[in-house]
Amino acid sequence: MHSFARTHATEVALLAVIAVICTVLSFATANFFSIGNAFDLLNTSSVNIIFAVGLLVVLIAGGIDISFAVAASVVQYGTAIALGWIGGGGWISGLVIAGSIGICLGAVNALLIHRFRIISIVATISTFNIYFGLLMFFTKGVSIYDLPEWLTDRVVLFEHEMADGSWIEITLPVLVMVLCVIATWVLITRTTTGRQLYAFGDNPEGARRFGINIGAMQFIAFGWLGLMAGIGGLVQAHYAQEVVPNALYGRELDVLAAVVLGGARLGGGKGSVLGCVLGVLLIAITQNGLNLMGVSPFAFKMIVGAIILIAITLSNTSIERLLPFATQKGARR
Amino acid sequence: MQQLAITGGSEKPLLSLHDINMTFGGVKALKNVSFDVRPGEVHCLAGENGCGKSTLIKIITGVYRPADGASIEYDGETYSHMSPVTAQDRGIQVIWQDLALFPEMSVAENIAFQTVLGRWPKLVDYGRMRKIATDALKRLGITLDVDLPLKEYAIAQRQIVAIARALVGEAKLVFMDEPTASLTQSETDHLLDIVRGLSAAGVAVVFVSHRLAEVLEISSRITVLRDGALVGVYPAAGMTQSRITELMTGKTFDQQVRAKSRDDQPVVLEVKGLSRPGQFDDISLTVRRGETLGITGLLGAGRTELAQTLFGMLQPAAGAITLEGKPVHFSSNRDAIKAGVAYLSEDRLSLGLIQPQSIADNLVISSLGKIVSGGFLSDERKRKLVAGWIADLGVKIGQQGDAISTLSGGNQQRIAIAKWLATDPKLLILDAPTVGVDVGARAGIFDIVAKLAETGLAIILISDEVPEVYFNADRVLHMAQGRIVGSYDPRSVPLSEIEGAVYA
Repeated sequence: MHSFARTHATEVALLAVIAVICTVLSFATANFFSIGNAFDLLNTSSVNIIFAVGLLVVLIAGGIDISFAVAASVVQYGTAIALGWIGGGGWISGLVIAGSIGICLGAVNALLIHRFRIISIVATISTFNIYFGLLMFFTKGVSIYDLPEWLTDRVVLFEHEMADGSWIEITLPVLVMVLCVIATWVLITRTTTGRQLYAFGDNPEGARRFGINIGAMQFIAFGWLGLMAGIGGLVQAHYAQEVVPNALYGRELDVLAAVVLGGARLGGGKGSVLGCVLGVLLIAITQNGLNLMGVSPFAFKMIVGAIILIAITLSNTSIERLLPFATQKGARR
Repeated sequence: MQQLAITGGSEKPLLSLHDINMTFGGVKALKNVSFDVRPGEVHCLAGENGCGKSTLIKIITGVYRPADGASIEYDGETYSHMSPVTAQDRGIQVIWQDLALFPEMSVAENIAFQTVLGRWPKLVDYGRMRKIATDALKRLGITLDVDLPLKEYAIAQRQIVAIARALVGEAKLVFMDEPTASLTQSETDHLLDIVRGLSAAGVAVVFVSHRLAEVLEISSRITVLRDGALVGVYPAAGMTQSRITELMTGKTFDQQVRAKSRDDQPVVLEVKGLSRPGQFDDISLTVRRGETLGITGLLGAGRTELAQTLFGMLQPAAGAITLEGKPVHFSSNRDAIKAGVAYLSEDRLSLGLIQPQSIADNLVISSLGKIVSGGFLSDERKRKLVAGWIADLGVKIGQQGDAISTLSGGNQQRIAIAKWLATDPKLLILDAPTVGVDVGARAGIFDIVAKLAETGLAIILISDEVPEVYFNADRVLHMAQGRIVGSYDPRSVPLSEIEGAVYA
């Protein structure tokens, strides 16, 4: 498996960093290394992982999207209203509605980028402002608390009491997250469309010469992120049991940082689902650990920022450059 | 000009073009061109930049549609124009100069990329991909780890991957656009062997290259274009490089040794025992006022690293550099520029010039101090300085404000030289100044170099093409594996002797 380490250097590095942090935290805190805590982490990270795998597809195709988190908020309101019209609905109809609205919002980005040749960061900063502005204008900042019962009821798929008295639970968000992760993995590694997305992100001119439909690539990438944003939005509403217009505002940068940490490249052609999931988990574990250690939440952002820098430096720079004295002997002939 | 009619070989051509005309915005890019390729032959398409070679290739591969009246006969069928899909389906493949590969994807996927094409999603069959790639590489007699990402391999192997990819499409006709431009001599030899192998297997290859020596070595026939018109089709046997040059440019270039003795001139640069571990070792040399010192050797001999050390971009581990009698230590290239050293980089396009910026801005970038007036940059001074250099070097430009990317390779190179001359250097280092520059423009550049030397500038001319240094330098040093292994005076040594030593 030496070639796995070679071709998946980022993932291996992330696993190593996660292992180190987990070891330190398990000594530093009493509760960290419990299975209950691990499952808590998984439950709370689900929404971010759903967003992250969606964003991963856009990054692979050479784009970037700032608007998906507020788009998810728009989806939450749109879905809540639509569910009211159809008289309640259920998980299936909810996911279909949320996914469809999300795809439409993603398609707006793709249209701006492909049809009007606006670079993706500018296009999505604009739609970010438009979506958020519309949302605040029409909702007047008012949250929705009277959601359908099926949406606010916690769905526990599996629970088990451990010997130490703590509970492990797998909730619905985890199941949805796992399905989204698998679907994205199948799309980008197992389908011809996914490989075309990689190729397009890696060398757009080369892809064009092969006759790959560039417009379709943009719509698929931003549509997929829209779908994930929609699903993630609904799951977040379920998790929070309310819809607050600015609940997801700012989430886009956290997710972007996690995806880039996971080895995706701004510029396209690179990134994996595994790396992406590990990136989100690394940040979640760090925050969780700091929390358990009693560190002030005001210091979280600073420490998380530093960890992102360290991890990215480690995965970009070969060990020889970080340890110059180690190469002196080797370089001399 | 006499046109040879080749009647030998009654074989029916695989591809035969007639009456090809192409106009871009009022400019005739191709005028009544005809062109034919026989099955399994290696055919060279020669001509200066802008003569219509690329346009012709794009017509054959369906990228452009020629004017009405054209006929394209290919493998038993006649078309008025091609489409990219038809061309690929019928076995016409192009290996573009930029290769159009996907560096982050695996070798297998790059080679078998066509298996992931198609409008509707299918599942990817990695096993089949790996088999296709391995088979294609086997046909070329190459083994690569097909699971590694392509970026792990050097340019020579990527070139091979691009060829393997062309073979997967059951190619009958392969176009290679400057395939050897960034290869070393041994890699080039290997590539030419592969081309011979393809030809023997019945694949026709159309070869485009600026390096005339390999054109003569590999091809059986040569079609020469000039200014969008056909000059003629010639058998390679009996052709010489100077004859092709003459046909391509319509001018004669008699290459004569320009070397002179400059022993009476003061020494500008003296280098003693300069070393950088793993790159070059114990280099000693002198360059005098008005002297052009040629340094040649294969790629990887340490020439560029030496040049970058003299320019302060790399620091030597041992040895001394003396400039006009004073010892100097450059901790960065800013120091070197201040001391009067100018360096024209090997990779002009990525390092030397800022492509989207204007001609004027590129030219003054290293000498901004000269165009300051009252503490601010003066447009008037800039305009005058630029106009002066453009006239001196005979650069053909539209407006000073045009982007540098609008100029031809030769004119870009002149702007790059002017940029450094504007800093008033004492020593000018030219590293492979003619890469990507066609034969007519090369002569122009070396005329400029000779003139500059006459004004007293000391010049170091680095090139892996031995004739270039032989004809244009006063002395030639041969570098191999980081050391100077030979020193020659072109007036007393024949070219073949130096070539023999370098390419051995």
